[in-house]
Amino acid sequence: MAIIQIKQLKKIYNSTQVPVHAINGIDLSIEEGEFTAIVGPSGSGKTTFLNLLGGLDNPTSGTITIGDEEITKLTPNQRIKFRLKNIGFIFQAYNLIPVLTAKENVEFIMELQKKSKTDRTKRSMELLKAVGIEEKANHFPRQLSGGQQQRIAVARALASRPKYILADEPTANLDSTSTENLLNIMENLNREENITFIFSTHDARVVKKARRVITIEDGKILSDERKN
Amino acid sequence: MILTVSWRNIWRNPTRSLIVMGALLVGMFSGVFTSTFMNGWMKQRIRDGVETEVSHLRIQSPEFKKSGDFEDFFTDISKLESDLFQNPNVNGVSPRLSIQTMIASAETATGVQLFGVDPDKESQVINISEKVIEGKWFEGVKRNPIIIGQKLAEKLKVKLRSKVVITIQDKDGNIVSAAFRIAGIYKTINTTFDEMNVWAKLSDIQNLTLLHSDVAHEILVHTNNYETINEVVDDMSAKHPELSTLSWQKFSPEFAVLTEMGNMYLYIFVIIILLALGFGIVNTMLMVVLERIHELGMLMAVGMNKRRVFSMIMIETLILSVIGGFAGIICGIWATDYFGDKGIDLSIWSEGLEEWGYSAIIYPEYDWTVMIIIAFLVVLTGIIAAIYPSYRALKLAPAEAIRVI
Ligand SMILES: Nc1ncnc2c1ncn2[C@@H]1O[C@H](COP(=O)(O)OP(=O)(O)O)[C@@H](O)[C@H]1O
Ligand SMILES: [Mg+2]
Repeated sequence: MAIIQIKQLKKIYNSTQVPVHAINGIDLSIEEGEFTAIVGPSGSGKTTFLNLLGGLDNPTSGTITIGDEEITKLTPNQRIKFRLKNIGFIFQAYNLIPVLTAKENVEFIMELQKKSKTDRTKRSMELLKAVGIEEKANHFPRQLSGGQQQRIAVARALASRPKYILADEPTANLDSTSTENLLNIMENLNREENITFIFSTHDARVVKKARRVITIEDGKILSDERKN
Repeated sequence: MILTVSWRNIWRNPTRSLIVMGALLVGMFSGVFTSTFMNGWMKQRIRDGVETEVSHLRIQSPEFKKSGDFEDFFTDISKLESDLFQNPNVNGVSPRLSIQTMIASAETATGVQLFGVDPDKESQVINISEKVIEGKWFEGVKRNPIIIGQKLAEKLKVKLRSKVVITIQDKDGNIVSAAFRIAGIYKTINTTFDEMNVWAKLSDIQNLTLLHSDVAHEILVHTNNYETINEVVDDMSAKHPELSTLSWQKFSPEFAVLTEMGNMYLYIFVIIILLALGFGIVNTMLMVVLERIHELGMLMAVGMNKRRVFSMIMIETLILSVIGGFAGIICGIWATDYFGDKGIDLSIWSEGLEEWGYSAIIYPEYDWTVMIIIAFLVVLTGIIAAIYPSYRALKLAPAEAIRVI
């Protein structure tokens, strides 16, 4: 069953004199439980695509349907609520609030989701355990390595038990061990909890792990391959 | 948790936060202390004025009130006195004759206001007898004793026990003169007053002016405390509508104006300080929003709604302003308490001040209502200063803010 339906998606940036066709007509459907990489060189439109998919930005034309919700039709406030409930985000950087500890960072998002205090304390530790970082629970982001920070970001993204997680170049700033580590965690979550992962990358090692690889260039899909 | 985040955010850049708090502390401290200083000064001036010069309330004939003329006296004084003492709040009554006269020494002459009083009764309504610095209040001189101010003594070049001549109009319009001997020289904080007012015995002035004993130009009244003054005024006005009974505020409106002016001045002063500081806060918080673009964008991206983003910046601004501002207010109150006991000696400039009736030692005094209003103004400043930066934070587009450059 397709949980995400994308039709004739276009995004044109008009901020410069020449309009930029960042996304130039994408049709795509993504099924539940996929582990999909969006691949392409810098400037190909990966970030723009993921932002549209997550409802952070409005497309110029086209529609995105997630479940039975056409998110391109929602008001900004409805979209914020939708994100909070259904989508987990992992960004390339700035994922964490620097003044909160690892555990507090996870709890903070759960507070926004109006979870009870006992719930928050319990689940945040579970999540940190799941990403293998429970002993760093009371460390602040600046006391942690880039890989550890990204793992907290994964834990944070999981807080709302989202159906799918969008990750924009999550390993871009990581060394190979950390990259390997993070991908293993993501893969496990995908297999065990059936969470759909869509992540962008231009790292060949990351691409290897994906079960579906969508290559885009100049805002268009160049190829779409499935592996087993 | 937003509170925790805001609180810790303040200490991300401790120098900057401390500077803002310090500015608020200094600003509010000077605002509060200047105001309590002025307040203490004014109140003291008023108390001095009321207790020494005016008395709590005064009864006059409406004609005398207008003209101050010798003929506009009223009668039945003893009846009025007993009426007044029927009110339990009244604890002093002194009928007076109040006459414009010439006073002359061997050297020179000048015009003064002469009060013919019963010395004991007069001491119960005003504290002028305590201000006598040489000689004693109507003691030590047998015939025609008179009490004059130090400034007048200087002007007339007279000393204690010197003879002065009073020239006065009697009941029938004849000019009469009599010699008086100085029994006491007083000094108040108001040298102008000291130069203009002299006291003699009621009986001596009655003899001189041929007025009989049951008349007076005015009756000064003292009550057991300031709160009951208006009750007594209302009581007497009802019983004797033919007379003009005025509280000190009405009788000397300049004193009442002083109080209002003091508060007015204080609020304007505080508002100007807060306005200046407010711009500093706005600037600081704009910097904060700018520095945290990525973080705020991330929070909005993961689902923090606008209301929360707004309140996060708002709370941070408020904590910042309230800590600094309230610390300043508390320091101001503390300094007021400290100097309220000790007093601040301005005697270097007192020469000039005392001419105008202001004391040289000032005891700052605060008013809780005023302090609460100032505290409220601080909070209000924080809120207003937070609006624009918070609004700027709201206007961030998360997709843009999160982008790695
Ligand atoms: N806010 C913007 N205004 C104008 N052009 C933009 C903006 N954001 C991205 N672009 C352009 O859109 C294209 C796609 O960018 P992006 O989605 O960031 O690609 P990628 O993430 O694959 O590097 C690029 O040419 C980029 O310069
Ligand atoms: Mg990108």
